[in-house]
Amino acid sequence: MEYIIIIISAVFVNNIVLAQFLGICPFLGVSKKVNTAVGMSAAVTFVMALATLVTYLLQGLLVRWHIEFMQTVCFILVIAGLVQMVEIILKKISPSLYQALGIFLPLITTNCVVLGVAIQVVTNEYDFINNVGTANPSMMNLPQAVVFAVATALGYSLAMILFSGIREQLELSKIPKAFKGVPIALITAGILAMAFMGFSGLV
Amino acid sequence: MGKLKLITDGIVKNNPTFVLVLGMCPTLGTTTSAINGMGMGLATTFVLILSNIAISAVAKIIPDKVRIPSYIVIIAAFVTILQFLLQAYIPSLYETLGLFIPLIVVNCIVLGRAEAFANKNNVGDSALDGIGVGLGFTIALTVLGCIREFLGSGSFFGMKLIDSDGMLAFVLAPGAFLALGYLMVLFRKITDKKA
Repeated sequence: MEYIIIIISAVFVNNIVLAQFLGICPFLGVSKKVNTAVGMSAAVTFVMALATLVTYLLQGLLVRWHIEFMQTVCFILVIAGLVQMVEIILKKISPSLYQALGIFLPLITTNCVVLGVAIQVVTNEYDFINNVGTANPSMMNLPQAVVFAVATALGYSLAMILFSGIREQLELSKIPKAFKGVPIALITAGILAMAFMGFSGLV
Repeated sequence: MGKLKLITDGIVKNNPTFVLVLGMCPTLGTTTSAINGMGMGLATTFVLILSNIAISAVAKIIPDKVRIPSYIVIIAAFVTILQFLLQAYIPSLYETLGLFIPLIVVNCIVLGRAEAFANKNNVGDSALDGIGVGLGFTIALTVLGCIREFLGSGSFFGMKLIDSDGMLAFVLAPGAFLALGYLMVLFRKITDKKA
């Protein structure tokens, strides 16, 4: 049951793009076509699950050695390393998938969704499962953290694919010159975010 | 003149928010009020100036292949310093900005300027470029923060101007997208007469 709550909450209620403003750059940048949006979403989902698993375990070590202040530096290094590793492995094992993901893979390092979620799962205040009504909230446990990461990535994919579908249609419509490109995309995203606000209070 | 142009370029011609459309996450996420937007802008400026200086100083020693990871580590170090400073001196701002402080590491503006400017230019110019782009970002965030605060809660920098609750949507997510979209149109109209 708690996993279902995590999934619904991360996909719809606290959608990472439309409610928390993370990962806006790729959301605006690679959402012009549905195909590329699907590719990017797949790459993000894959890296995010892996990165959260590793950084969650790493945080345990940081706490044990009392060097929590190194969190930012360590996490970004882990993510950059992981992305590089995934790239090399995919190239060997599944060249077709590697071809399909193409340029999106290296771009993920600077996608704030990955680092954002990695930090969120090790911070107490973001834990809405063990946190509800307790005086001293605890961290998510490992399965919860991984489920949370995958669910967040799914929410990201949902927003991305919906948005790219709308943008494909927008290409065909007449838009005033000053609105062309990013401004109209932002206004569309605003309306999409309004629709997602309907989910608030669901969990 | 040449030196001054480095700064004004960052504010108008290369404005990171309105023209380059970089660093959108903190732009939308932290501008719920004018003061928060300004705080985030200044925090990013701090990291931007220092990382520009450091990267332009060591750019020649770093091998080309490992340049991006090296830059990210340098930036992450300055972000950690910023985290300590904010925690010690402005804890209230540290609390409100929360997750967005460590996320300065992956802010494309900082890495973008390192890659596009700092590794090709000398220390002095890079510092000026950092100041210019940082100011451009701060101004954009403050303006957006002002608009959202005024529409969302009827106040200006925390001072109540209108005796009403305002439109809540502008403090929440949809208002951020809408306000930035229309602000961008306005910026285009002013800077580009043809649009």
